[in-house]
Amino acid sequence: MDATVGSKLIQILRQNEGRVLTEWVQHQVSADTFREDLVNESELREASRQLLAAIRVALARGNASDIDAAEWADAREVLKTVSATRAKQGFSPSQTAMFVFSLKQPLFSALRAELSRDPEALADALWTTTVLLDKLGLYTTEVYQKSREELITRQQSELLELSTPVVRLWEGVLALPLIGTLDSERTQVVMENLLTKIIDTGAPIAIIDITGVPTVDTLVAQHLLKTVAAARLMGADCIISGIRPQIAQTIVHLGVDLRGVTTKATLADAFAVALERTGAKVVRADVGRSS
Amino acid sequence: MDRIPILKVGEFLLVSVQVDMHDRLAMTLQDDLTARIVVDGARGVLIDISSLDVVDSFIGRMLGNIAAMSRVLDAQTVVVGMRPAVAITLVELGVALRGIQTALNVDSGMALLRKRVDAAAPSAGS
Repeated sequence: MDATVGSKLIQILRQNEGRVLTEWVQHQVSADTFREDLVNESELREASRQLLAAIRVALARGNASDIDAAEWADAREVLKTVSATRAKQGFSPSQTAMFVFSLKQPLFSALRAELSRDPEALADALWTTTVLLDKLGLYTTEVYQKSREELITRQQSELLELSTPVVRLWEGVLALPLIGTLDSERTQVVMENLLTKIIDTGAPIAIIDITGVPTVDTLVAQHLLKTVAAARLMGADCIISGIRPQIAQTIVHLGVDLRGVTTKATLADAFAVALERTGAKVVRADVGRSS
Repeated sequence: MDRIPILKVGEFLLVSVQVDMHDRLAMTLQDDLTARIVVDGARGVLIDISSLDVVDSFIGRMLGNIAAMSRVLDAQTVVVGMRPAVAITLVELGVALRGIQTALNVDSGMALLRKRVDAAAPSAGS
């Protein structure tokens, strides 16, 4: 991009900074995409002023095209902050991008006022500005996307940690109530958790309760069988419980072979079996006997 | 060359694997163990692998082979103390160790061995 257009832009920006800024902020406030519930005008004004100043600095350093270069670091920083904040506050991508795109109109009208006598220079300047602002706008969207993805990843890992508690039901009896869909990654965590807990507690029986698992397909069944096999290798027995009628039907239709595994319909049944195997016995205290 | 020690405990043999099993070591163990079962007339073998961090399919198969050979020599085999990582690896490798008895620790392994030998004894005695 030629330096003359850049220098003209700087000149215009410097002379009209106050007016461009005011118009820009007004534009953002009056636009449909403005979220007055989430951001107030003074904050908006401050962010806009920072970005405008950063753009001017970058232009002054002689770079009007490549926003990935070092000259644009300040501007990128401002955009990153605005975008990340808005992503967290729940702005939509277009509402976030409008922050940059709404700068076009005030900037263009300033350019038109300055360069009305030289149509060719005006066209050049408009093109340069458009390309530049488009890049900045796209950058905003990218950052927005990235911060949303970070959010999702973090929530996923939090969910992963939360969702696999191994509880001790009785001496030598562990239970693993599974809730939610099982995918490969989760199964890995579940499996490791359970096996580590078996080692820690020395429990010879573990009950895997799948009442909270909405669907069981071949993959999930495969994962369950692997867990049971691994536990067996370590010297512990697994009982699978909480198999709903539909799931029992699915398992048979899929041809999954669960013959080597003890299965029970409810956790209570499985617990009874576990108690029996550990040699414990639950006896009802005879309350009415005293009479 | 190092060997894995085989200890005689009553009528059982106790093998504790304390080092990383490489293939030759596993072969030596197989030779030594089968020889000892015959010499000592052992009724059961307990293999403790709680110190074993790394396994491959070969070692997995070795364990299976040792169990099968012991059975031929009329001795029960129990593998105890397998670590979670090792168990997961073996399952992922598809080495299910079908014929092998397992227990969580040496204590419960001994109890299991005793039970199985006692269960097998009447038929052998009569």
